[in-house]
Amino acid sequence: MNIVLAVVLCTVVGAVGAIILVAASKFMAVEEDPRIEQVTGCLAGANCGGCGYAGCADYAKAVVLNGEACDKCAPGGPKATAAIAKIMGSEASAVVKKAVVQCQGSADHCKPSYEYKGIQSCAAAAALYGGPKSCSFACTGLGDCVKACKFDAIHIVDGVAVVDQSKCTGCGACAAVCPKHVIMIDTAGPEKPVVMCSNCDKGPTANKLCTTACIACGMCQRNCPSDAIHVVDNLARIDYDKCTGCGTCVAKCPKKIITYPLKKA
Amino acid sequence: MIVKLAAIFFSMILVNNYVLVKFYGICPFLGVSKKLDSSIGMSGAVIFVMLMATAVTFPIQIYVLDPADLGYLQTIVFILVIAVLVQFIEIFLKKYVVSLYNSLGVYLPLITTNCCVLAVTILVVDDYGADVATLGFAAAYIEALVCAVGSGVGFMLAMCLFSGVRKRVELCEAPGPFKGLPITLIAAAITSLSFMGFGGIVENLFNVTL
Repeated sequence: MNIVLAVVLCTVVGAVGAIILVAASKFMAVEEDPRIEQVTGCLAGANCGGCGYAGCADYAKAVVLNGEACDKCAPGGPKATAAIAKIMGSEASAVVKKAVVQCQGSADHCKPSYEYKGIQSCAAAAALYGGPKSCSFACTGLGDCVKACKFDAIHIVDGVAVVDQSKCTGCGACAAVCPKHVIMIDTAGPEKPVVMCSNCDKGPTANKLCTTACIACGMCQRNCPSDAIHVVDNLARIDYDKCTGCGTCVAKCPKKIITYPLKKA
Repeated sequence: MIVKLAAIFFSMILVNNYVLVKFYGICPFLGVSKKLDSSIGMSGAVIFVMLMATAVTFPIQIYVLDPADLGYLQTIVFILVIAVLVQFIEIFLKKYVVSLYNSLGVYLPLITTNCCVLAVTILVVDDYGADVATLGFAAAYIEALVCAVGSGVGFMLAMCLFSGVRKRVELCEAPGPFKGLPITLIAAAITSLSFMGFGGIVENLFNVTL
């Protein structure tokens, strides 16, 4: 008899609770923008906080109500970004982010200035006379970025970091750890060129240090039809708002350091 | 009566602190104490839920479970009630008290099944259930509610103290194997140890036996 009573009691408590909750959700329903739920559905749902919000629902709310950028969900990747952009209509467009190493100073282009035998870390090496390479702006090639990459998308090839674009998610972890700041997170897409050098030394000096350096000759700046590339601090820099991707600078660069690193060969 | 209530309140904060002395709710204690803001938000939600949960479960124990001789159903019934209650509070706040809903935010659903909330409701019944026979239901009920609020405030004290401790710990240069969680646990242990020093303080302060 006792067991029947126990079962009945639990059932009653559960049923009463269920009725209260159903009634409450009916009568106290708050009208929310239906897009919030749709956006939440597109996200990875890990509540990782990588976007800077308290959780996936919080971020979805910010996207819909405050017009937050739709590409902040790193675990969701481009898929989630595209899905959110679709829900939000033309208000947001999907931006493809990729990391680009703005240095091509591999061992045969840029000679070492001393032999480094210390801790095998870029940060440590960079603290010693600006790194073992003769160019003090170059990739030190000890792979702090390789360790930081969670997607196995960046590797040291011949003394310089190279991004595997098929694996790169554009999370920016490599750019954050690089002591030389040679890694750029490219948001302009594969149709726009990139200056593959970070050297700010004067032309003749840069030319001596590395065979694939920007020598600040200004050929690109003089020939650009849309005034989008300028030599600032002895380094060509592209203004991606103006750049049309016509390729004039790529053709004119005497050192062939302006390329399309994201274009598939 | 007032003196006894005050004694109960302060003993729950200092002597019988749920986190640092009884070791309930260690998960939010370590998980949410990284920032002072979030630890205050979490503790606010905990105080609120502890009070509401005790207000509901205490009469259920006294008027439903005890007369029917079903004391062994305590855990399962209390969990059910607390889960329903938290969900209901969330819906209610979302509709009518939006500012409170926003400040409690994600912490409210997090504490639905938190052990310290369940522990408060069960231990309150253990401690003050017997007072119903001697002092009457109303007095025992008030004692239970004061105890629940005191437990919540104790939780808040522990969280705020520890978020301060933790700020220092994160900055310190710990030996390799101790980095991260181990050194945090050691810091928590030392904080807990310091609370052991409060033993007996309330009985002597208010001159009552609890």
